[in-house]
Amino acid sequence: MAEHDHTEPPSEPALRVKALESLLVEKAIIDPDVVGAFADYYEHRVGPRNGAKVVARAWIDQAYKQRLLANGTAAIAELSFGGLQGEEMVVVENTPTVHNVVTCTLCSCYPWPTLGLPPTWYKSPAYRSRIVIEPRSVLAEFGLEVSDDVEVRVYDSNAEIRYLVLPMRPAGTDGWSEDKLAELVTRDSMIGTAVPRAPA
Amino acid sequence: MNGIADMGGMHGFGPVDRSDDAGPFHHEWERRILGITFSALGAGLFNVDEIRRVTEAVDPITYLKSVYYERWLYSTEALLREKGVISAKELADGRSATPAPNTAPPVTQDIARVILEQGGTSRIADGVPARFRPGDAVIARNINPHGHTRLPRYVRGKHGTVVVDHGIFALPDTNAAGLGPHSQHVYGVRFSARELWGPQAPARDTLQIDLFDDYLDPAAQRAT
Repeated sequence: MAEHDHTEPPSEPALRVKALESLLVEKAIIDPDVVGAFADYYEHRVGPRNGAKVVARAWIDQAYKQRLLANGTAAIAELSFGGLQGEEMVVVENTPTVHNVVTCTLCSCYPWPTLGLPPTWYKSPAYRSRIVIEPRSVLAEFGLEVSDDVEVRVYDSNAEIRYLVLPMRPAGTDGWSEDKLAELVTRDSMIGTAVPRAPA
Repeated sequence: MNGIADMGGMHGFGPVDRSDDAGPFHHEWERRILGITFSALGAGLFNVDEIRRVTEAVDPITYLKSVYYERWLYSTEALLREKGVISAKELADGRSATPAPNTAPPVTQDIARVILEQGGTSRIADGVPARFRPGDAVIARNINPHGHTRLPRYVRGKHGTVVVDHGIFALPDTNAAGLGPHSQHVYGVRFSARELWGPQAPARDTLQIDLFDDYLDPAAQRAT
């Protein structure tokens, strides 16, 4: 998808953003160099690799896992992750009897410091509307079948708490290093719409 | 408000389309509107609850037809006009017609870093009594405000159980309307899927949502 297709005129949103930005710069309300720094941070400085490190640490270190479940924000901060939209973290653990999945039905709230900015599907009406009423059907679309004897627990992030799913550690990973374990942890497994990769 | 944004439980939106997953931004204007909005937030021109209030209040057709960052665009435009920072005419002309209002100086790189790396929370440590405790049976109130609330329709009137007291936070309903934080306890409240959606829902499944004190009434303990 070309970002700057020079054969097309700028789109209406592009023109409106340009007008808004130049107006606010003219009024000395915003600094255009600082405007760019925000998106840059979310494209290059945070992302799901942060959350994967948290999960891998919890798989290896049982004391860390207990701290993570007791106070998500503080334990995540031990790995130097935190900040905007991660100030109030609660980590929810998948078990053999409970599978957790996270949404924000009202908008798009998501734990940015551990997962980056959310994917388009997370913000879509289809996900937001259906994950609360028919989670198993949505999970099946993602390729995840949850057994009837497992509780599916949906978290709707409607206040300031942001949720991160701690998925179950895959079998066949005994003795693996944290780095190698982190490679199995996908973004979707920390939202709850997938489970981690299996060892090859 | 009972608007299009409160869409939990709606039918008809079809399968979840996961084809667009290359990154958060498709166009440069999306990066810019994110940065403009954060700069305005950082300068104290409006708060996050006000952003949500305005985003929700757009007509449903515009809401659904907009790509995600277009919602950021019209809500930032609308809030800045509401606050008297810009006018519709200035937006149309693309230039300022009046001196800048008495706002804080623009967010600097250093302030941007603090915002990103520390964020901000409305949590306060204490000073507000809790009406509920973990284990309490509660009913979500059947309120239908025209303004902003974070109590979705699918939960109203339903019976749940308090699982955890998250602490004391600003109430979005008042904070979005310039009426102050009215800080109060927020509880993780668990509902059975059958309570929310009826007997066809799987017996074991549940939903947990974070509800403010003002969203809840006590219920008699149920036998099951």
